[in-house]
Amino acid sequence: MALKMVKGSIDRMFDKNLQDLVRGIRNHKEDEAKYISQCIDEIKQELKQDNIAVKANAVCKLTYLQMLGYDISWAAFNIIEVMSASKFTFKRIGYLAASQSFHEGTDVIMLTTNQIRKDLSSPSQYDTGVALTGLSCFVTPDLARDLANDIMTLMSHTKPYIRKKAVLIMYKVFLKYPESLRPAFPRLKEKLEDPDPGVQSAAVNVICELARRNPKNYLSLAPLFFKLMTSSTNNWVLIKIIKLFGALTPLEPRLGKKLIEPLTNLIHSTSAMSLLYECVNTVIAVLISLSSGMPNHSASIQLCVQKLRILIEDSDQNLKYLGLLAMSKILKTHPKSVQSHKDLILQCLDDKDESIRLRALDLLYGMVSKKNLMEIVKKLMTHVDKAEGTTYRDELLTKIIDICSQSNYQYITNFEWYISILVELTRLEGTRHGHLIAAQMLDVAIRVKAIRKFAVSQMSALLDSAHLLASSTQRNGICEVLYAAAWICGEFSEHLQEPHHTLEAMLRPRVTTLPGHIQAVYVQNVVKLYASILQQKEQAGEAEGAQAVTQLMVDRLPQFVQSADLEVQERASCILQLVKHIQKLQAKDVPVAEEVSALFAGELNPVAPKAQKKVPVPEGLDLDAWINEPLSDSESEDERPRAVFHEEEQRRPKHRPSEADEEELARRREARKQEQANNPFYIKSSPSPQKRYQDTPGVEHIPVVQIDLSVPLKVPGLPMSDQYVKLEEERRHRQKLEKDKRRKKRKEKEKKGKRRHSSLPTESDEDIAPAQQVDIVTEEMPENALPSDEDDKDPNDPYRALDIDLDKPLADSEKLPIQKHRNTETSKSPEKDVPMVEKKSKKPKKKEKKHKQKERDKEKKKEKEKKAEDLDFWLSTTPPPAPAPTPAPVPSTGELSVNTVTTPKDECEDAKTEVQGEEDDAEGQDQDKKSPKPKKKQHRKEKEERTKGKKKSKKQPPGSEEAAGEPVQNGAPEEEQLPPESSYSLLAENSYVKMTCDIRGSLQEDSQVTVAIVLENRSSSILKGMELSVLDSLNARMARPQGSSVHDGVPVPFQLPPGVSNEAQYVFTIQSIVMAQKLKGTLSFIAKNDEGATHEKLDFRLHFSCSSYLITTPCYSDAFAKLLESGDLSMSSIKVDGIRMSFQNLLAKICFHHHFSVVERVDSCASMYSRSIQGHHVCLLVKKGENSVSVDGKCSDSTLLSNLLEEMKATLAKC
Amino acid sequence: MIQAILVFNNHGKPRLVRFYQRFPEEIQQQIVRETFHLVLKRDDNICNFLEGGSLIGGSDYKLIYRHYATLYFVFCVDSSESELGILDLIQVFVETLDKCFENVCELDLIFHMDKVHYILQEVVMGGMVLETNMNEIVAQIEAQNRLEKSEGQVLG
Repeated sequence: MALKMVKGSIDRMFDKNLQDLVRGIRNHKEDEAKYISQCIDEIKQELKQDNIAVKANAVCKLTYLQMLGYDISWAAFNIIEVMSASKFTFKRIGYLAASQSFHEGTDVIMLTTNQIRKDLSSPSQYDTGVALTGLSCFVTPDLARDLANDIMTLMSHTKPYIRKKAVLIMYKVFLKYPESLRPAFPRLKEKLEDPDPGVQSAAVNVICELARRNPKNYLSLAPLFFKLMTSSTNNWVLIKIIKLFGALTPLEPRLGKKLIEPLTNLIHSTSAMSLLYECVNTVIAVLISLSSGMPNHSASIQLCVQKLRILIEDSDQNLKYLGLLAMSKILKTHPKSVQSHKDLILQCLDDKDESIRLRALDLLYGMVSKKNLMEIVKKLMTHVDKAEGTTYRDELLTKIIDICSQSNYQYITNFEWYISILVELTRLEGTRHGHLIAAQMLDVAIRVKAIRKFAVSQMSALLDSAHLLASSTQRNGICEVLYAAAWICGEFSEHLQEPHHTLEAMLRPRVTTLPGHIQAVYVQNVVKLYASILQQKEQAGEAEGAQAVTQLMVDRLPQFVQSADLEVQERASCILQLVKHIQKLQAKDVPVAEEVSALFAGELNPVAPKAQKKVPVPEGLDLDAWINEPLSDSESEDERPRAVFHEEEQRRPKHRPSEADEEELARRREARKQEQANNPFYIKSSPSPQKRYQDTPGVEHIPVVQIDLSVPLKVPGLPMSDQYVKLEEERRHRQKLEKDKRRKKRKEKEKKGKRRHSSLPTESDEDIAPAQQVDIVTEEMPENALPSDEDDKDPNDPYRALDIDLDKPLADSEKLPIQKHRNTETSKSPEKDVPMVEKKSKKPKKKEKKHKQKERDKEKKKEKEKKAEDLDFWLSTTPPPAPAPTPAPVPSTGELSVNTVTTPKDECEDAKTEVQGEEDDAEGQDQDKKSPKPKKKQHRKEKEERTKGKKKSKKQPPGSEEAAGEPVQNGAPEEEQLPPESSYSLLAENSYVKMTCDIRGSLQEDSQVTVAIVLENRSSSILKGMELSVLDSLNARMARPQGSSVHDGVPVPFQLPPGVSNEAQYVFTIQSIVMAQKLKGTLSFIAKNDEGATHEKLDFRLHFSCSSYLITTPCYSDAFAKLLESGDLSMSSIKVDGIRMSFQNLLAKICFHHHFSVVERVDSCASMYSRSIQGHHVCLLVKKGENSVSVDGKCSDSTLLSNLLEEMKATLAKC
Repeated sequence: MIQAILVFNNHGKPRLVRFYQRFPEEIQQQIVRETFHLVLKRDDNICNFLEGGSLIGGSDYKLIYRHYATLYFVFCVDSSESELGILDLIQVFVETLDKCFENVCELDLIFHMDKVHYILQEVVMGGMVLETNMNEIVAQIEAQNRLEKSEGQVLG
């Protein structure tokens, strides 16, 4: 063995270590890959060796290679081997490799569970720490479930270093195993007030992370966080808390009101920019939540905006960036305060820093008005030209479109201008957003009827110059606009001035190089164009012209028939046949135009994107129901599906079958418009006000100035939008003059014509009338659309699982899974005055669940009320001027923790509890009857449980629960029973009598022990007149009946017939219990039999061991940890070798003989606790090695401890 | 939450790659490359925040980086982290490295990647900030180094 070790270390000297590997890679720059594959081969050899040091070295090198992008998952098993090395040096190499390469798909990960558990309970804090760190990176649902309890225990570890890591990792555990959140939450909350700032910060961190996802569940913690915020000086903690408040305020406006003042104070006082910034951010969040009807907070807004302006003007680019970021939040609710800083923001658009420009762009979105839209967009267009990077340019492009199209084109006064902007944007090289522009073109052309003529002319120009757009591959993205152009030209072909020309443009051979979906649209719209041309020609009586067009189609369509794209091919061949047919008819001089146009009769209406989803399920329709099953009611079933189908038909206006439907639709549309007009929440598209404008006769009616715009602007390829800007200015100027004139004439009538607007236009906005008669058609929605906003929720959101009500008391079923077959239960402190707790390791029966469920239901209600009251109270109080008085610190903590431990019951109180339980049960049932409606927040799972419970409860008598859940003795497991042992030790014996005794202390008397002596008659004589005389010492004396002297014996109050034994109890008074005591004594008695009586004596030595002064007292792990932390305990330890007994039994022995109780046990390590009658705390840490056991003790008295350990050593030596 | 911590040099060579979310190795390399190209373009005197690392997360994520001599330290974080706070954290991390390696330079990171990881583990754990107090961090690292040394002696 030793030789092997030596050999191993010699081998290792020749192995490459990490440094050699790195050096080697650097020296092999040319053939790096080859060199590395060589190294990997070497590593594979090293991993095959037994020497752990060699393996660790190999794994360390693998970690480096992983960073370079090499997959090292093949070495997962070796990594686990290194993780389980006993030396910290190797262990952490193993854990590092695991944290870098393990993930949920690593199959060997399940092998780590026990190793990690062992490391978590390691006596070395760094072993534990390294395990926690590693686990945080690769925790899986299985690991989380199996280790949750161990980690939770570590949250109360004595070392803050471990505590903070354990607290942090809990977040990962919650994510992977959401069931652990509720049981662990009370302790997590406790850690918010941990004495160590690091632990506190970790707890804040975790709770903030949790609350960010599901803020409403953490609202009840607001008072606690408020306290922390006003008391903490740690900026990290403050930032986190303030961020958290930012997430909470939208849910509770009153909280916001309370926060404003302390936050404002912080803003004024802090010197840390990071903190200042977060304060401003949260104040903004508060203001947003208060935005309705709180006028007196304008000072706060001003303060924020002013601070932000300082940030934006700062030379530090980071502050500038953040300032803009925060500004955009204010913008949403208080646009006016931001708009006054327009100069600053426009200035930022010219910044050299792209991040800052992007942020400034965001702000622009909210700053446009009817008045400045053109100006701002013009500025952006110049940026578009200048922008070098495509990302920024794309961003600009989307921003321009966003800005213009926002709130249903609210700010656009001139759609011709907008179309020309869109056309200009198509000239961008290499943009990815062709489809965006196309979508806008389609949307505008469809919804703004007045603009169609202009749009069509522009689009036909685009189609004509299609070669410019689609010429090079890099411009691929932009050819999407041809899709829109083709469709618009086809659909609104009646507006085309030279349809024939456009038709030819669309049939050019070059078109076949376009993407398939665009070609398909081309083909389809070519027919539309063709139809309208036919119509024109026939009406004009130009039969030849019509035939020429048909011929053109027949000539050109085959190029599409050959397309590789199925859609194009199919459409083209279909249409080709149709056209050929038409050609035949034309040859016979049959008029066909009418029929061809009928193909495309009717109008396409825009349909809202969500329309399909919003179609309400008709009343009475059950989609899960059988369609065919019951024959009897087939009549009524038949009716319904048809109705559904019918309705859907109507929603497709394209194939409108009859006139009647048309009318019906018109009627419905009218009705809907009516409804929308009456609905104050319906965001109206701007047409309505404008329409009303014209409807109201008189003053406000401004004749729409149809300036000869469209005439000169048809020339394609020129940036035209600028001219619109000029024209627009002129137009506005004229309008203004006109208006001013009118205003002077009639001032009073002005106000009557006020319009309602969905947003707040500035005054100047109202003055601007649109250039065209604009009718923005609203997108169609199905009738009775469901007004649901559920669309946005993603059911796969991992954080959704953590949306758990934390204020509800804990149910038994929610306890963290505990390792089976071992007594590792940790107990949490319930209430201080519950002295003894027995733990049930068995899972609670369903009956019990139901029991608790009822209780919980009832209590939940109370609790909710209580909590609400508390929070209400806290929120309703005016904000405290100083941080000191924060009333009602944590609501419902007490109740919560009481309910946390419902299973552990005091043995002697079992009966009582049971009775109470039954009462509760009964009450619970009453409650059930009274309020049959389930609570809103109740989880479905619970409901199920409850129903299950109900079913079962009838079969099971109420008492059966006790029998099922038998309590398990401390330290004594169920299955591995020790041979029965007696606590009575032999005192003395002779042929007549055998004396055994047991010494018991009691907590009531701090200096008394009771000695129970069992006397057994072994002879055939009757023993009588028994007397016990004990020689007192200074320290220990026997309590004798009053009046008797020290030398008198004390009579035994019974006689013993042959074969009978009985017990007598004597009280001894002990002064000091730190040392063991031996008292000499004599039992004198008369043995009487048939032959006569003899006087007999038996000497004995009464041994008061230190253990006998200990009283088994249970201790909770957290209290235990606190005790150890307190630091006023002295320490000592022993080690015993050659132990063969199982750890389980060993613990049981210690518990039995030395009156200890197990606090916690993890693997081969256990902490134990006991207390002396005089109140000394004794804490033990028992660890089992392979053949040895070491016991570390801590006690408030060192002599007592060393004596106890000596005694224990003796006990253990016998094992 | 911190999603990833990347350290690479001016040529994009990775010196430390720490993801707190699982990505296959190739994707990790791709992210490093992309991030490198994103930060490389940026002057030293512009802001240290960057949006648009399209590979990690989405719009909620930001790249926060600092450039020291030949090395870039890049943290990819979501909106729950304070931007300025993370900048400070990078500074703490670098100062800790400086203390532990005594005048840290790129070579230290190249040859002692494992140690850099151990130091990082005391600052950030599982994507969450563990400790920001440099003295505390250094103390824990030194204690672990001592422990390692004592084990080395036993080994002979």
